Amino acid sequence: MTRTMKGIAFAIAEAIDQEMSERPDIVVLGEDVTYWGAVFGFTMGLYEKYGRDRVIDTPITEQTFFGMAAGAASVGMHPVVSLMFVDFLGAGFDQMYNHIAKNHYMSGGQFAMPVTILTAIGGGYGDAAQHSQVLYGLFAHVPGFKVVVPATAYDAKGLTIAALRDPNPVVIFGHKLLTGLPFLPFEGQEEAVPEDRYTVEFGKAAVRREGSDLTMIAAGLMVHRCMRAAEELARDGVSAEVIDLRTLVPLDRETIVASARKTGRVLIVDEDYQSYGMTGEIAFQVQAGAFDALKAPIRRLAVPDVPIPFSEPLERAVIPSVERIVAEAKSLLAAGVRA
Amino acid sequence: MWKPEPSLADLRYTVEKSGLTPETLLAAYRQMCLIRSFEETIADRYYIGKTPQFNMAAGPIRGEMHLAVGQEAVAVGVGMHLRDPDAVVSTHRPPHHALAKGVPADKLAAEIFGKVTGLCRGKGGHMHLFDAERRFSCSGIVGASFPQAAGAAFAFRHRGEPHVAVAFAGEGAANHGTFAETLNAAVLWRLPLVIVIEDNMYADSTPKWQALAQPHQFQRALGFNVPSYLVDGMDLVDVWRAAKEAIERARAGYGPSVIEAVCYRYRGHFEGDAEEYRTREEVERWRQLDPIPRLGERLKRLGWADDATLERLRREAEEEVARAVAFAEQSPLPDPAEALVGVFR
Repeated sequence: MTRTMKGIAFAIAEAIDQEMSERPDIVVLGEDVTYWGAVFGFTMGLYEKYGRDRVIDTPITEQTFFGMAAGAASVGMHPVVSLMFVDFLGAGFDQMYNHIAKNHYMSGGQFAMPVTILTAIGGGYGDAAQHSQVLYGLFAHVPGFKVVVPATAYDAKGLTIAALRDPNPVVIFGHKLLTGLPFLPFEGQEEAVPEDRYTVEFGKAAVRREGSDLTMIAAGLMVHRCMRAAEELARDGVSAEVIDLRTLVPLDRETIVASARKTGRVLIVDEDYQSYGMTGEIAFQVQAGAFDALKAPIRRLAVPDVPIPFSEPLERAVIPSVERIVAEAKSLLAAGVRA
Repeated sequence: MWKPEPSLADLRYTVEKSGLTPETLLAAYRQMCLIRSFEETIADRYYIGKTPQFNMAAGPIRGEMHLAVGQEAVAVGVGMHLRDPDAVVSTHRPPHHALAKGVPADKLAAEIFGKVTGLCRGKGGHMHLFDAERRFSCSGIVGASFPQAAGAAFAFRHRGEPHVAVAFAGEGAANHGTFAETLNAAVLWRLPLVIVIEDNMYADSTPKWQALAQPHQFQRALGFNVPSYLVDGMDLVDVWRAAKEAIERARAGYGPSVIEAVCYRYRGHFEGDAEEYRTREEVERWRQLDPIPRLGERLKRLGWADDATLERLRREAEEEVARAVAFAEQSPLPDPAEALVGVFR
């Protein structure tokens, strides 16, 4: 049975609920996870059902509640921890990257760290430099995190259940403009989501649209902007393929490389900062696997290396938009250097 | 925290009142000798290849080395009350805590030597010692132990288990926000947590009077209504008694406690430390309070041991250390391919 669902927030909350109902090892920790559902809805409804024993509002102390998650995981719990905005990672990152991400390796495999981190990402609604970042590149850079970026409600539910069954630290980056909450713009689509439990496998990208002239690679919100750009390009007779990475770690090199070999032109679109980030890594993988098939240098569109500004025209100037994706794609198509 | 040595009558009263038996005190003596011998043997091997030119990367034990010679009474006085399912989260100076938690000396030594037979198959090193079976872990990041122990304590309370979690940290770490944050959370959720502050006077090279606005952690803890003990960390009996109360209180569901143990490390912050921040005379003064001979003297005064007994316990401990270090030295190094395994489970 499926029903129509709008956005990833309810999908994530439903996934946690369905696993929690059979898994006493799962507890939810974080700021405002009860009444406010972690603000962006990822834990909504859980407090009403499970109460304060299992859904726990913490003091505003990221380093302490992430440290507690590490300690609880080390004795067999599976904490689900909310990092309300990813921008707040600085307040607790030591416990995340030096402990949660490393203890399994450092302990020679003795201490599993089954910690699921939920965090809200992205701009486009005027929240400025400290509440609009994406930053998944930071987590993906550090060994030890699986990095999950759902673009659809179906994926959000299946990836969250997979995260809760994973014995490793998994960070789920939910874009605010995909949550489907009434107080934010919504750029996703209503879709059918099964009521039953299912998983979406990590490391399997989705080809959201098939095409032959160029490949656009993205994650999260940017998948939707690429899809809209692809529709516009189609009106001009351009056939664009759109790949939704779904997870940055593990990364589906095979699908990326196969698409690059097919179209010969690659545009990577990212809402994270440009330098030393996701776009560079994907570009490396593309050239390593498809160099001989490329017809033009790889292009990328990401946040130029500036903080996210507040004022609307400034914000629009740095976060990739449909118009800029279309323009970059057309420029790439014109730039062929090899037949 | 020097206290006058009690009269025999007072000593006997204190020891018997607190439930200390000859067996317990003799076991404590042996365990302190084991830790002392272990750390001094590690120090001895550490300098192989590092003299005359000190090069941290040379010799059979690479990297930094933080030893706690002088602080044995704190580790043992707490550790004797703990069982395997209790959790201990230690610091960048963890070998004495590990041994006091019952971590086997041979696998511990092998880890310090980077051998595949080590606790962590050579991936951790002396600042990252882990033993899942004995629920021992630690962190090289100062201040990280408080919340992690609180997390284990949270799990115990949540599951209704009678276990406790102990966080060890130095007085320098207690300046970290995690100390105050963890105290707050531990009281709020009544966690079975015991925080042990080893106040050894120095945060690396910084004397505590340069870094603490007021000299005592128990005062900070009292601000959160946390029962707190200020104990002589060079006195096994003092530490043991406070730890007994704190751990029993935690096990019984009455929440967290803090033990501030004033102690001293006889060696530098790290091996190779030139110790510009303190005088030789100061170290010698603290040597007078060495917890091992102090306990030995008391055992003799109580009539619970003679010199021969103490000598036998010391020799047994040294032999165990010699076997452990030989095991470490003779063990193979890991296969380089192992480096790429184990990021994920």
